[in-house]
Formats: sequence, C-alpha cells, structure tokens
Amino acid sequence: MLRDRSTLALAIVMVALVVAGPFLPAWLRFVGTVALANALAVLGLLLLIRTGLVSFGQGLYYCIGGYAAGVGGKDLGLTDAFALLALGIVASGIISAILGLLLCRYREIFFAMFSMAFSMILYGLLSKSQKLGSTDGFNVVTPTFLGYAPDGANVKVWVFGLAVVLAFGVGIVLHQHLRSGMGYASEAVRDNEIRVEYLGVSAQYVVWWKYVLAAVLAALGGGIQALASGHVGPEMAYWTTSGEFVFIALLGGTAHVGAIISAAVIFEFIKTWVTQISPYTWQMFLGIVLLVIIMFLPKGLWSLLARMRRAS
Amino acid sequence: MSTGNTILEAKGLSKSFGAVTAAKDINILVHEGEIVGVIGSNGAGKTTFINMVTGYLKPTTGTITFRGSDITGLLPRQVVRTGVCRSFQVSQLFRELTVLEHMLIAIGMMRAHRLSWLAPLHTPEHERHAREMLARYTIEQHAGAVVSTLPQGVRKLLDIAMATVAEPALLLLDEPTSGVAIEEKFPLMQTVMGQIVASKAACLFVEHDMEIVEGYAHRVIAFYEGRVLADGPVKDVLANDEVRKYVIGSEIHREKEKA
Amino acid sequence: MQTLIAIVVDGVIYASWLFIVAAGLTLVYGVMRILNLAHGSLYAIGAYAGASAVVWYFARNYPVAGSYALLVIAAIVSGALVGLLVERGLLRLMYGRDEVVMVLVTYGVLLILEDAIKLVFGVEAYTAFQPYEKMGRTSIGGMTFATYDLALVAVSIVVALALWWGVNRTKQGKLLLAVIADREMATALGINVTRVFIVTFVIGSVLGALAGALTAPAIAVAPGLGVEVIVLAFAVVVTGGLGSIEGALVGALIIGIARAAAVHLWPQVELFVIYGVMALVLAVRPQGLFARAGARKI
Repeated sequence: MLRDRSTLALAIVMVALVVAGPFLPAWLRFVGTVALANALAVLGLLLLIRTGLVSFGQGLYYCIGGYAAGVGGKDLGLTDAFALLALGIVASGIISAILGLLLCRYREIFFAMFSMAFSMILYGLLSKSQKLGSTDGFNVVTPTFLGYAPDGANVKVWVFGLAVVLAFGVGIVLHQHLRSGMGYASEAVRDNEIRVEYLGVSAQYVVWWKYVLAAVLAALGGGIQALASGHVGPEMAYWTTSGEFVFIALLGGTAHVGAIISAAVIFEFIKTWVTQISPYTWQMFLGIVLLVIIMFLPKGLWSLLARMRRAS
Repeated sequence: MSTGNTILEAKGLSKSFGAVTAAKDINILVHEGEIVGVIGSNGAGKTTFINMVTGYLKPTTGTITFRGSDITGLLPRQVVRTGVCRSFQVSQLFRELTVLEHMLIAIGMMRAHRLSWLAPLHTPEHERHAREMLARYTIEQHAGAVVSTLPQGVRKLLDIAMATVAEPALLLLDEPTSGVAIEEKFPLMQTVMGQIVASKAACLFVEHDMEIVEGYAHRVIAFYEGRVLADGPVKDVLANDEVRKYVIGSEIHREKEKA
Repeated sequence: MQTLIAIVVDGVIYASWLFIVAAGLTLVYGVMRILNLAHGSLYAIGAYAGASAVVWYFARNYPVAGSYALLVIAAIVSGALVGLLVERGLLRLMYGRDEVVMVLVTYGVLLILEDAIKLVFGVEAYTAFQPYEKMGRTSIGGMTFATYDLALVAVSIVVALALWWGVNRTKQGKLLLAVIADREMATALGINVTRVFIVTFVIGSVLGALAGALTAPAIAVAPGLGVEVIVLAFAVVVTGGLGSIEGALVGALIIGIARAAAVHLWPQVELFVIYGVMALVLAVRPQGLFARAGARKI
C-alpha cells in the first residue's frame, strides 16, 4: 500500500504533524485542529460530490457529532475521547440511515435543498431547546484518552494528535476507496444512472451508502471540533457551516483527498486572518472567492497544481 | 434457422401513457441463438418494446417470460442479472471517464456480486479482460480516451461491448447503427454480429436500413403504430404489402429526406 | 369553532406571506432554471429598505397613510435595483451552466449580499411598527386579528391576480410561457430570451423584496432574516411543483394552514409540520403537485 506515492505522502505528513504537535504554538495547534475537523467533514462531502451530489446540509451531522460528544460528557458522564466520538458516529449513522432512505431518491437541487432543510430543522430545534443551552450551546468535558488524563494544556496536544491521525487516516483509506469498485460507482452514478442500473447496480444503493458515510465523517469532524474548542452550539448546524464545507471542497477540487485536506487548512488560516482584520466582511470575501473559483477554476486549486506539474 | 428452444416470450404486451397507446397487444417469441431484425418507423413501438422487456417501462398489461420464468415488472438491474441485456439508441456512457474505465466498471459491476469498498477496481486481471473485450470490438486503440471526445461509431461499439460483459443469453440492440456514418454501418454490424454469433446469444436488433436487416437477420418483425404488423422470414416480411406501404415506404422517404 | 376560525385565518395570513416570497422564487426557476438562494437576501433587503424608509418617514411626522405606499415603493426600488445588478452584473455570465452550479453561484451572491446588508444597514435591529399598529384590529367570528395582517391577504390576492393576468393575458407573459415550455424552441422562434430573463429576474426580485418590506412592520428586522425564508419558500415551491405559480399558491395555502393548525393545536411540532407536509406530498408525487414528471427518454 505504501508503494502508492499519495498514500506515502499522506502517511509522512501525518507522522510529521503528530511529532511536531507538542512543539507548535497553542494558537497554531488550535487552528490546525479545527482545520482538520473541517477536513473530516469535507472528506465526507467529497464522496457525495464525486457521486454528483452537493449537500448544503453537512452541518446537520457535524452538529450531531459535536452535540453527541457534549451530551456524552454532560449527561452520560463519559470522558473518553474515543467513546465520545463513537457516540457521534452511532447517532449520525442512525439518523443518516433513515434520512438517506428519503434523500437517495433525489438529485441535484432537490438533494442540495432538502439536505439544507434538514440541517435548518436541527438548528431550529437546538436553538429552542432549554436543556441543551438553546442558542448559547454548552461546554464540553475535558477528554481523557483510554484512561490517560493529560494535564492542562497537554489535552489540546492530544486532541490535535487525534485530529491528525483521524483526518490523515481517513484520507488514506478514502484515497484507496476512490479507486475501488464502490469508488468508481460514484462517478458512474454521477455521469449516467441509467447505465448503472443496466449494469445490475442500484444507483440509490450507491447514493445511500455515500450519504451515510459522509454523515459519519461529518460527525467525526464535529466531535473533534467539540473536543478542541470545549464548546458546542447550534450554529454548527447552521447553513453557513455547511456552506463553508462546500466552499472548501470547491476550493481544493475533488480530484484527490490531499486537495481537500490542504484546502481545509488554507481555508482555516485565511478565515482566522480575515475575521481578525475585518469581522463583517468574511462572508462577502467567501462569496467573491467562490464566484472567482466557479468562473476561472472550476476544478479547484488542485487542478492548478496538476497543470503546473504537467507544464514543468 | 429458428430451431432452438424459446427463450423469450412476450404475451399480450401493451403500454399506454394516459390517452396515448405506445404498444398494443404485442406477442413475440425469440428462440435460442436466433437473430431477429425489428423494423418500423419512428414511434412504432420498437423502443417501447425493448424498454418493457428490460424493465425500464412496466407494461400496462401482458407478461414477459424469459427462459421459463416471469420477468414482467422487474427492474432493469434485476432483468440484466437474469441474462437479458441491451444497448441504447443514444449510447449511455459515463462522459468523464475513459473507455478502459468503462469496461472496468462494467466488469466490476456485472461480474462481482458485491462491489469492493477498498480493493482497487483496476487490477491487472481486470485490465487484461477489459482490453480483450475492447479488442474484440475493435476499439482497443481508444482505451485511454475520455468518451466525450470520441466519434459516434466508437461510442456505439463501447455501448454494446458493455452490454455483453455479462455474457447475456439475449441481447437487445436498439438501433446499433444510428448516428453512425453510412460507410461505417456495415463494418460495425460485422464486428457486433460476429461477436454475438460466436457467443451463441440470441439477438434482437432494431434497424432502419433494410440492407443491413437482410444481411444479418434470420427473421424480421415489423412494428406499426404500437402493433406487430408482420413477423416471419426476412423475405416474406419485406415483401408483405402492408409492410411495404407503412414501414419500408416511410423508410425510403426518410432516406430521401436525409440525402 | 373559535380554534377553527383562528387556524383558518392565521393560516391564510401566513400563506399570503409565503405565497409572495415563493412566487418570486418559482417564477425565476420556471423561466431561468435557476434556484436562486439569494432570493432570501432580496427578502431581507426589502425588509431593511421598507423598515428604514418607514423610520425616516415617521421621524418627520407625515400622515400614516403614506407609509403604506412607501413600503411598496421601497420594495420595488430596492428589489429592482439589486435584481438588475445581480442579473446583469453576474448571472448573465453564467447562463447555460448546470443547475447545481447555478445554485452555487447564487449561494455566492447570498454570502455577498448578507454582508453587504450588514455594511449598509448595520447589525442593530430595526423596528418600524407604526404601519402595523396604526391599522388596529378587526374582529372575525368573535376573535380579533391585526388589520394589517388581513390587508396582507388582500395584497397577496392582488399579487396573485396580477401575476395570473401578466402571464396569461399579456404578450410578455405569453413569451414567458413559451420559454418555460421549451427554451430552445423559443430561441429558435426568435424570442429575445435575454430580455425575458431580465424581466423575469427583476419581477422575481421585486416579489422577494415586497414580501420583506410588507413583513418589516410586523417584526424586528435583524441580520440572518433571509436564510430561514429561502428554506421555507423552497418547501412551499417543491410542494406545489418547482416552476409553477399555481403550485406556489396551493403549496403556500397547504403549508400555511398546516402550520397554523400546529401552532394552535400542538405548538411543539410546528417546525416539523412544514417539512412533514412537504415530505408527504413528495412521497405521493415526487415532482410536486403542479409540475409534470420528466422521465428520460432512452
């Protein structure tokens, strides 16, 4: 498996980041953790986009993952990071399996809008739920790691390490998956469902599975985000969150998992910088960049890289 | 020639869309290894018939029996698993993928019971098989090309090649030569029919060119306004008065319009 | 009986508002095949324009009656201006792209407009309640309702009639129908599609802004207003059938009354009822009530 150059590169960067983790300045580590949490959600979205589906509602599962980790600590007394993340995986898996039955029948703008509607329902519910802190959300417990409880600032180092291993680990597995039978099935469904049906495969089955997987990855990202920031709130399900995931996917391009992870990191740094110098123009900035990408770089930054490599 | 056992029996098939009747009481038998030409003007019900047999449309009434089991109302993905495959009038391909990837996907989907989640689709063994199929259909030299860049003839051949991956017992070809340049029609049919005869599959093909029908069919079925107008040996059907008036007459008219 | 009256009247009031927003969205989709996510922003822009105009107006102690006209004028001016700007400045460069790409484009527009609104109008809430309060209340069957809300129903009926007349009885409207039915054919027949698109988008935008301006006196106009609206309007439009104006009307009535029933009988499920009705309709007719199902010909 390591003979594949992409896999090798991902593995090397993963190890390097884990090793570097303790030595990074705290702010950088935090931005990096959030970026990788987003990367997990966008890696899920990548599966959908390669199937030809744009979801404006991945925030739904991102939020479910975050709240599951929060509730697990607050109401179930759990502190183990893996258990908290597992709760999110189970919750998102069950909910997406059910919603997926409805959504796998829809494509294009219907899929985009229905997924957005579902996440807005959750946002509405959480905003009104007194028990879960309504619009303010609530704080998440300090996690432990399989019985080990790091002290003070070290917790964040561990969360960062966990984020790196998960994001790059998922990246490596997905890179493999994209070239498998089910991976190609996505592109086949995107390009021509009739042909897929006449090759004996149900297009809805493919879409359903990709939807559930994308949901679980978004929940994983949401869980990491909750552990990193120590707080969850309903804005995790708001349309802007889902919109940022779509933005990252378009920014990087869907040709390679590396494009997604890089784009998530670039995005988080630019966000940190822009929101500091001008807090009220961040969305406008996003909107303008989005339009520029659609007009001039429809396959994302990765295509630029590929073009440069070919030229040299 | 039609000496084998019956493999497909369509009995009393009709299909209506609201007030429009697209097919009316169609009864057709196809025997093992038989090659049947289907003629008829546009809107005569030929494609509707293929769509019903392969599950794209559910017949309003009637039954379809394939090798003794009832396949009426099955979905396309279930029908192809029983051994009935088809090609399309407008080739149904994956516009952003290469020719080789098409064959790999077809092999992966039709041959495997379950698609792999991690094991690569592109294995040396699959590639060998895919290239061999492409070679048989004379399009191996295009293996690396993205289909949206290829001429119609190559796309049609790829469309048919994908339909034969499952080694069907019955192959339905919907206008295999439509959209193909006139001088390429005969070579294309030569390639396709050579493969089908070699595989011993039965084949039913829709065709507007009477020379091609005469050249390859053992039997001809003529459709007119959703009904079967005539069904029998090639010479008899093509000489039938009604067929000459309603079907062949309009085909000659069509040719003139094109010229 | 009281509850029933309340459900029907509240439902119709809510439906009127929904219809005005949804009509703009569905018209633009029907003609241009663009699902305009920025429609919600036009709603917000209309609300801000209306509210700030009313605030300015009452600060000068002008007679109340004029404020209603002012709301409508503010909506038409702001909607037409922004609509024209978006269509000419951006969308026309993108025509012919995939429907999903167009959604992403209008998503970009939404992001830009949301911040532009904050830059122009600030982040503080606007209250312009005078037009609402001054109309007083009217009693129906022993229950009182805000007269302003009832007037909204009348306005909505006028909008519906005007749209019906405009589409079915004018030359421009017939061109519109031709484009909806078959765009390629319409172009081949020499219809100026560019002009049809501009007119459609401006009308759609004005409808969005109008709904916003007319709601402004009843609410606190604050950031984030537009997005909930677009999701709701989408639910109405798909229930009725995407691209159909009759569909938007029927969809708005069904969802409006269902929501009112929930509010009065079982308030906890209000949010679900809207999407529940939508899901129910789509389960039976996946293409919505008034749209034709399109199967691919092979």
